[in-house]
Amino acid sequence: MKEQVIKVRNLVKKFGKFVANDNLNFDVYQGEIFGFLGANGAGKTTAIRILSGLSSPTSGEVMVAGFDAHRQAEMIKKNIGYMCQKFSLYEDLTVKENIALYGGIYGMSKTLIRERTDELLVKLRFSQYENRLIADLPLGLRQKLAFSVAILHDPKIVFLDEPTGGVDPITRRQFWEMIYETAERGITVFVTTHYMDEAEYCDRISIMSEGRIVALDTPEYLKKSYNSATVEEVFIKIARPVDN
Amino acid sequence: MSNIIESSAVSKSFGATKALDNISFSVEEGEIFGFIGPDGAGKTTLFRIITTLLLPDEGYANVLGLDTVADYRKLRKHIGYMPGRFSLYQDLSVEENLSFYATVFGTTVRENYDLISDIYAHIEPFRKRLAGNLSGGMKQKLALSCALIHKPRLLVLDEPTTGVDAVSRSEFWTMLGKLRRHNITIIVSTPYMDEAMKCDRVALIQKGKIMAVDTPREIIKGFTRKLFSARAPEKHRLILALRSYPGTITAYPFGDSVHVTFAGDSVDPSLYDHLASNGISDANMTAAEAGIEDRFLELMNIPE
Repeated sequence: MKEQVIKVRNLVKKFGKFVANDNLNFDVYQGEIFGFLGANGAGKTTAIRILSGLSSPTSGEVMVAGFDAHRQAEMIKKNIGYMCQKFSLYEDLTVKENIALYGGIYGMSKTLIRERTDELLVKLRFSQYENRLIADLPLGLRQKLAFSVAILHDPKIVFLDEPTGGVDPITRRQFWEMIYETAERGITVFVTTHYMDEAEYCDRISIMSEGRIVALDTPEYLKKSYNSATVEEVFIKIARPVDN
Repeated sequence: MSNIIESSAVSKSFGATKALDNISFSVEEGEIFGFIGPDGAGKTTLFRIITTLLLPDEGYANVLGLDTVADYRKLRKHIGYMPGRFSLYQDLSVEENLSFYATVFGTTVRENYDLISDIYAHIEPFRKRLAGNLSGGMKQKLALSCALIHKPRLLVLDEPTTGVDAVSRSEFWTMLGKLRRHNITIIVSTPYMDEAMKCDRVALIQKGKIMAVDTPREIIKGFTRKLFSARAPEKHRLILALRSYPGTITAYPFGDSVHVTFAGDSVDPSLYDHLASNGISDANMTAAEAGIEDRFLELMNIPE
């Protein structure tokens, strides 16, 4: 049995009377690519905020990277990586400055930051861009850099919130190869996406609807059990968008 | 059939960035015409020129027989525009937003209610709610209602489904289909390749250039190679193994399989040996039908 990186039992999150997360139960394992799907308003963002130590659960047990979300949110933050589509890098800093900034925030030594920066620039073929402002980089390159920065400190788990939104089809696939490589290094990848073909690339996926997890398994098994050719069909069958 | 839009050699730069490079196309009356391409392709810039909000550097666009530069005042009355970012007043209620848009265009909600009734019915129960407090799907329906309330002849939708879940996306396209009977011409942009199939014609756009314009079916026919679909339990290893095979031209993950093209038109038996020596002994290869995204990838790979 692989090591559990996320363990969630009876997680409930309420905002006033509104139940955003209604009794969630799931585990995510080391090196797994876990797709976290759901309709808009289903409660995904709330759950991700709790799993990444930004918000605390109303009740239930949540362990992330070995730390308790109720009492050790700061430790969780240090041991995870996070990237979202809308904001991840400082546009008015250069590539190199962004890497140094994040390395510093994660408490990495200057030597280590320098080493990792060099590795990264070579790996992403970014050397020509090191002194460019993020604002001047094409979106695809920005997203790849943002992902690399999110795992700069070798976290146990990285959360990717719609990382490929709006990205061209070639870059989107290159991005997924980075996800595969990251998982093979043993880092768990927890990813959300609205591209249902990308859901098929995950080891396991969960589908949320109205605050609950209504399905959780491998894409193959879900397709079989919902008698569907694609994950998109499964999704349309069981995920109800919230209209209120 | 008359042309609702005629764009002739439109170019637009922002500083050193060429956002649009010699864009020519035409849209016929009653069509749903899609611009399919990633962020930064130039879709929004083009839509702003068509809606008279930006001036082209070169070339011209003629919309509904009017010039987008000289006749902008007249033209604006006949265009409904739903920009990519949520465009409504967050601190006005649902019904206040709608009547505001109607008033700006010198009409009333009652007068054109018929046009929006299908869409607005979903949000009418919440008409007193502030627009800022609506869910994503409902904001989208309100924005569409507001763009339609003055009965435009041309509806311009800039990425209406970006960031929207698969269920709501499919509902949105059903709504657009229903607008056909009101004889409204629609141009719509999207980064989702699969949505191309819902359009009458599409333009594939990338880096400010149109790579192809045609019906989705004809665009797919342009795919030149034999396409195969490869499956194996270890997907990443399969992709790497396929790429390192000398006969492979392209290998891209597509959903639960890998789409592969080879230098030849068939699968050479030596492929299986190559895969086996790379740890893939159970690959399943079948012939596959190309889709829009396969063609888009192929066009992207043509050197400029």
